[in-house]
Amino acid sequence: MFAFIVRRILQAVVVMAVISCIGFAIKHSFGDPVRELSGMTVSAQERERLREELGLNDPFLVQWGRFLKGAVHGDLGMSYLYKKPAMEIILGKAPATMELVIAASVIILILSVPIGIYAAVRPRSWLSRFFMGVSVIGVSIPVFLTAILLISIFSVQLGWLPSFGRGNELTPLFGGAWMSGFFTWDGITHLVLPALSLSSIMLPLFIRLIRAEMKETLEAEYVKFARAKGLKPWRVLVVHAFKNTLLPVITVGGVQLGIMIAYTVLTETVFQWQGMGFMFLEALQRSDVSLMSAYLVFVGFVFVVVNTVVDIVYGLVNPMVRIAGRK
Amino acid sequence: MSDEPLLDVSDLTVSFDFRRRSLAAVSGVSFRLARGERLGIVGESGAGKSVTGFAILNLISKPGRITGGTISFEGRELTALRAEEMRQVRGNRISMIFQDPMMTLNPVLTVGTQMVETIRAHAGVSRRQAEERAVEALRKVYISSPERRLRQYPHEFSGGMRQRIVIAIALLTSPALIIADEPTTALDVTIQAEIMDLLLKLCESERMGLILITHDLAVVSQVTQRIAVMYAGRIVELGETARIVENPSHPYTRGLLAALPQSAARGRRLAQIPGSMPNLTTVPAGCPFSDRCERCESVCRERIPPLTAKDTGCLAACHLLD
Repeated sequence: MFAFIVRRILQAVVVMAVISCIGFAIKHSFGDPVRELSGMTVSAQERERLREELGLNDPFLVQWGRFLKGAVHGDLGMSYLYKKPAMEIILGKAPATMELVIAASVIILILSVPIGIYAAVRPRSWLSRFFMGVSVIGVSIPVFLTAILLISIFSVQLGWLPSFGRGNELTPLFGGAWMSGFFTWDGITHLVLPALSLSSIMLPLFIRLIRAEMKETLEAEYVKFARAKGLKPWRVLVVHAFKNTLLPVITVGGVQLGIMIAYTVLTETVFQWQGMGFMFLEALQRSDVSLMSAYLVFVGFVFVVVNTVVDIVYGLVNPMVRIAGRK
Repeated sequence: MSDEPLLDVSDLTVSFDFRRRSLAAVSGVSFRLARGERLGIVGESGAGKSVTGFAILNLISKPGRITGGTISFEGRELTALRAEEMRQVRGNRISMIFQDPMMTLNPVLTVGTQMVETIRAHAGVSRRQAEERAVEALRKVYISSPERRLRQYPHEFSGGMRQRIVIAIALLTSPALIIADEPTTALDVTIQAEIMDLLLKLCESERMGLILITHDLAVVSQVTQRIAVMYAGRIVELGETARIVENPSHPYTRGLLAALPQSAARGRRLAQIPGSMPNLTTVPAGCPFSDRCERCESVCRERIPPLTAKDTGCLAACHLLD
């Protein structure tokens, strides 16, 4: 198991190197820091001197090496827009996005597991058909439309929930580095609609995935054998069938969790949610290439970490992976 | 014990709903099993052998269901039991052994978990006590260092060992009857003999009844005392193993025995029964075997022959033997 973890982490490092290369290439080819840093009156010679000073005339690989060195130390360059280190800005915005993703994941987990299992066990019941029908609709409607629909119903017409922002009652955690909305009623009511609309794409996907996998597992010989052993029905379902269903769900789930971070760009924009996605769109509109590439590398990092963790968890659930790692 | 049989299956019919029709996979099957007796159910694939076995445990998967007949076990009518009562019979009084040991054990649970849960589903014992019983059962099937083996997963065992573990699981609750559905088909020939010997020995020492479902007449003749030959969902011949093997009555049984390699002369082609078994939608009217029978007469196409006593001392379902 230890060798398996080490190998998996090494793979993750390689992937990160590639991501940083792409991120840097974008910054290298689209941004000109000299133009951003200097005013209209600076002469051409002055610009050239500045360029030399900043090392912008060095070969691509040398510059990338410097970028990589900085990135390892948590330095992803300066944001032209904020005139601050990009990393600082991203870290300031990350908690909002993370809380949104966590809330959406919790919603997905709580709903998809029981609904998926139920739909697999009773595929012909009207309730299962209803869930399957709704899930098709859920997948088909784009996130921003779902968000606007939710706002129109729950904020505008019913007036139950706020339609934008994170509220004013955030709790500081880790000495103020993380402003959390989880601990106040105000924070949670602000979280409900964005989290719901973010989960609207992945929830139906997970219900369908769990249902399909569970249906297949229920046909397996070992499930029949578990019944023939006279086990209680819930044990056959949860211990024998669902544990096997988990394997593919974990794999897909890890990838989807990463994709969900991408969807936060849409959700955060609609709900004016001050997170990384909102920041990214702002950087895009103001052509802050430095911040954009920093966002890319940071999200890539989160994605790779999540996937590595998922693979290790998979190894814990599936004994056969553990053996493969031991050899 | 009285004369009351352990198991009395009477006129059992199992149907599958298929495209608004009800097709009988098993029709009118009746047999009895005394305590400690071993019965072989023989036939080709699709003859209804496995369905009969699963029907006894009421484990027919949808869209199939028992549509007629009675199954009396230890004096109780199994078809009338409620779900929870039936669960208490399964794996407790009647155990089942499946065909492919690679598929019957759950890949993500340790062997120990799969054994302990079986015991604890039927007896209120502690995990510790259950593990002790599991170790004891593994010893009975000759698994070495059973304490360590309990912590391992199925993929860490060979095919033969897994089937021995499945047998150990079947033994855990000291059942009165074991239903073994092709227990050796998925195994190597050398291991087949080993598993059959083990099963036979355990049935004798624990005085358990056995229903051995197989298409292998050689295996059945070594292990069982009586044979039921099935064809297209019906029993076509039923009687003592020795008599049937020596002197088969029904043309189908004769065909099966003639097709065995050991009964053929060296260098000659093996005998075979022409054609193949009808599927559920194409069973001919009258005797189901009529299309493939060389002696078929007009009466065979009109009426289904009843299972009656013949002068060979067995029961057979054929119009032409009397």
